[in-house]
Order: sequence, then C-alpha cells, then structure tokens
Amino acid sequence: MKHFLDITRETCPMTFVKVKLRLAKMDAGEKLEVLLNAGEPLENVPRSCEEQGFKVLSNEPTDNGKHLLLIEK
Amino acid sequence: MSQPVVDKKKISIVCFSGEFDKMLAAYTIATGAAATNREVTMFFTFWGLNALKKQRGRKPIGKDFLSRVFNWLMGGRNNLSLSRLNFGGASPILMGGMMRKNNVAQLDELMEAASELGIRHFACEMSMHILGISKDDLIDDVQSVVGVATFLNESEDAHIIFI
Repeated sequence: MKHFLDITRETCPMTFVKVKLRLAKMDAGEKLEVLLNAGEPLENVPRSCEEQGFKVLSNEPTDNGKHLLLIEK
Repeated sequence: MSQPVVDKKKISIVCFSGEFDKMLAAYTIATGAAATNREVTMFFTFWGLNALKKQRGRKPIGKDFLSRVFNWLMGGRNNLSLSRLNFGGASPILMGGMMRKNNVAQLDELMEAASELGIRHFACEMSMHILGISKDDLIDDVQSVVGVATFLNESEDAHIIFI
C-alpha cells in the first residue's frame, strides 16, 4: 500500500515531524510518497529517514520545482 | 511507537522561563529532536509550568490564598507573554496571527505533536510545592512530578538545554 503526504506548506520542524508521525502509523514494508520543497526539507527529510532505518527508494524533482520522495518503512 | 533503530541520542530540555516565544523554541527543538530519532525529556519548572496547566486562562488554582493569587496573575497557556515587546499581552496574539499566515506551527500543534512523538514531560516537584499546584492541575501529558535528582538520572548521557 502506498501513502501520500504533502509537506510543501509546512515549515520546520513540522516537515519531518509529520513524516515521522505518518511513518509511525504505517506497517513495515508500506511505502510513503512525500511531496516536499527544495532546501531545508529536501536536505533533512531523506537524511533523517535513512538515519532511522527507513529506505529512501527514490528522490525525483517535479515539474513545479518541488521534489517527490518515495520512502519504504 | 515502534522504532527501527535502537541506539538513540538523548536530549533533555529544562523549560524554566515559560514565555510564549521560549516555549515555542523549546517545543520546536523537542519535536524536531524526537522526529529525528532522539529520546527527548522536557522538565518544566517555575514559570514553565504555566504552559502545562489544564486551565488555559487565568484561574485562581492553588492550595492557599497566596498561591491562588499567584496562579491567577500568571495564568495558563493563553496568557504566556513574549520575552520582548510584549505590549501588555497584545504581541503574542499578533505573533500567533503572523505564524498562521506563514504556516508556522502554533504552540498547541507542537504540543500535540510532542505528545504523539512520545516526548516525556516531567514537572518539578519543588516549584509545584511553592506554587501550590498538584499534578491534577496539569495536562495529562505530564508523566510524573519529579525532583532534580530524578531529572538528572533520567538525563544521564543527554544534552541538557535550559530555556
């Protein structure tokens, strides 16, 4: 099952807080697609996910200057 | 909350001053740290306790006349002042509006996230004794009322931040 979370309107610390809380509610093996802005969120969300043992499967820029991150719990 | 990684860094935050902007700073650091897999403990003492009162406005809680007056004057989470340019309590309201406009998390939202992230809240026994308030006067997130020795034991190997 794939979940989706848009954090483009969030600011620090709610960017990675919301990602963390969503991942906590998911089962192992499920995937989470996160739409985020470049800059601080793009630098820190993938890193903090990997530090916590989650897999960042892809990290692709979108047409409108944002990024789409695919994380597996 | 299940954690994929067992080994955690620890941060303890002493919330002493209890002003609006400083509580925001404390909860921003706390939730940010917890979301990046750190074990976070918050220890509320003196003015910091005001943010944890169940009664968000001015209520004369306390065990005697003086503590009731003190607690009424200090108020709760709705009465936190800015550490600078408070202008009789007008600035926190204006600041809240500016935060909403810029999609910055409000104190309530940060405190709710702190609860969901499993951040531990301890209240200072000595301050509560002075102010005449009991654990029942505080929000349910307060895990226990402890002294400094317990706080230090719980903060072994932690970075301690004083706000």
